[in-house]
Amino acid sequence: MKTKLVGLFVIVLLLLIPIISNNYVIRLATMMLMYSVFAMSWNFIGGMAGYPSFATASFFGLGAYAGALCQVNGVPMFLAWVIGGLVSAVFAWVLGLAILHLKGHYFAIASLIVAEVLREVINSATGITGGGMGLNIPVLRMGVDAQARLFYFSMFVIALVTLAVSAYVSGRPLGFGLKCIKQNEDAAGMTGINTTIYKTTAFTLSAVFTGGAGAFYASWVNYIDPEDVFEILISIKPIVMVLMCGAGALVGPVIGAGLFLFLEELVWRNFLTFHVGMLGLMVVFLVIFLPTGLLSVDYRKFLKKVVR
Amino acid sequence: MTALLQLKNVSRNFGGLAALSEVSFDVHPGEILGLIGPNGAGKTTLVNLVTGVYRPSSGQIIFEDKPINRLKSYAIARMGIARTFQVMQPFPEMTVVDNVAAGALFATGASTLEEAKELAQVHLEYVDLKKFANTPAASLTLPNRKRLELAKSLAMNPKLLLLDEVMAGINSVEIDQSLGLIKSLVEKGITILLIEHIMKVVMSVCSRVVVLHHGSLICEGQPNYVTSDPQVIKAYLGSKFAARQNRVSHEQ
Repeated sequence: MKTKLVGLFVIVLLLLIPIISNNYVIRLATMMLMYSVFAMSWNFIGGMAGYPSFATASFFGLGAYAGALCQVNGVPMFLAWVIGGLVSAVFAWVLGLAILHLKGHYFAIASLIVAEVLREVINSATGITGGGMGLNIPVLRMGVDAQARLFYFSMFVIALVTLAVSAYVSGRPLGFGLKCIKQNEDAAGMTGINTTIYKTTAFTLSAVFTGGAGAFYASWVNYIDPEDVFEILISIKPIVMVLMCGAGALVGPVIGAGLFLFLEELVWRNFLTFHVGMLGLMVVFLVIFLPTGLLSVDYRKFLKKVVR
Repeated sequence: MTALLQLKNVSRNFGGLAALSEVSFDVHPGEILGLIGPNGAGKTTLVNLVTGVYRPSSGQIIFEDKPINRLKSYAIARMGIARTFQVMQPFPEMTVVDNVAAGALFATGASTLEEAKELAQVHLEYVDLKKFANTPAASLTLPNRKRLELAKSLAMNPKLLLLDEVMAGINSVEIDQSLGLIKSLVEKGITILLIEHIMKVVMSVCSRVVVLHHGSLICEGQPNYVTSDPQVIKAYLGSKFAARQNRVSHEQ
């Protein structure tokens, strides 16, 4: 009951943002929702199934290019987003069948290089993608304020759908089976779980919304290039967000995304030349001192200690 | 009588090492077949082959007249072969009831999670673990973990149950309890392949015994026949055991 009230409060607050604040805050809030989509998506494969995926950037970039190319060729914006998501999902399914039999570090490295390969491919396919010159996406014919709000609400819907699917999956046999796979994959197989299909499904789920967000991003910023959308940090950030709040939890990724964006802005403003380094230090700090996430901290105990 | 499980000339090599070579035997429906042999004889490898963890290098494994040696472990599990592990392998951070529910949900196809959890409660009752239903599996004591393994396997509604050293490391009172449990499983119609080092257990419940040594089958037959076989005594039981057996049979 209490969590439901808090959830409702947060949703109302998010809906109020475009009414009560300026375009800068709206842009930040849109970014936060997009980050939370990344984090929730990563949670399917990384949190639920326990596979350390670094493929977020590949899904994002692929979705961005698929959506952008659709839009350049006259496909309506919203449909282009759906296509971006689907292209990433199909790609993830095939990729998953190929690399999900790897475990631990091996899987992490295999998923990491995919973005590099895709970047090179798109860089060299100059005829279709514009290569390193990037791709311009048609600008919407509406005012700046209206546009900011349109994109904000669109991202809000995408995030809400991602959250709903997360909640649905975690309460079903799929989520239960993924939990088993995370704990002991061999035993899971011998319990009757088709581990290959389960893992690949989780991987695909982690791609579909990320890809949709990629296509959204292309429409939002009107210009993409390979360096931007396949950036390695896109793969790393969602992992940090989820780790901040403890892997596997349902709303953890959302809170983590908000917190991460807050810290990112703070660091970005104060350490302009060293902000990536600061982020790295934060990750190290988190892994060493809070391996189970911020949500696992007993705040009452902590406050008592502080008061004394 | 047709066999439930047939092994035909099954071999498995790991690099240059032959863990199992040309092993053939049948498991008949409704029996408790003992599988004994010294450490490193290939007993657990054999279980891993039957459950699809490894594939045989050569030979055939047939379950209910269907070859299963090319199938993946989940498919074999769904056909009705369940196992317990020698080294306990629960899902440690999940609750005891969730561990068992996993078996019920994915192998026998309880259609919903709720249904699987209800079924799990029944199986926990059966192995006397109900009071621990909501504790994490990792917190259980060794004997209780063995019970959990058993409940998890039972929840899969198996036709054939492979018990890999379920008695190791538990005391004699608990062994007697487990013996009763195993016998009651056979009454339920489950066929059992029992891997065991404790000869008291093997002698008292098994209808037949097969003996592995260095990856080969060296003897097969009634428990009394097997324990008096000179090769088995030399390879596994030791002369002390044979002398004791002799004394017992003379006294009788």
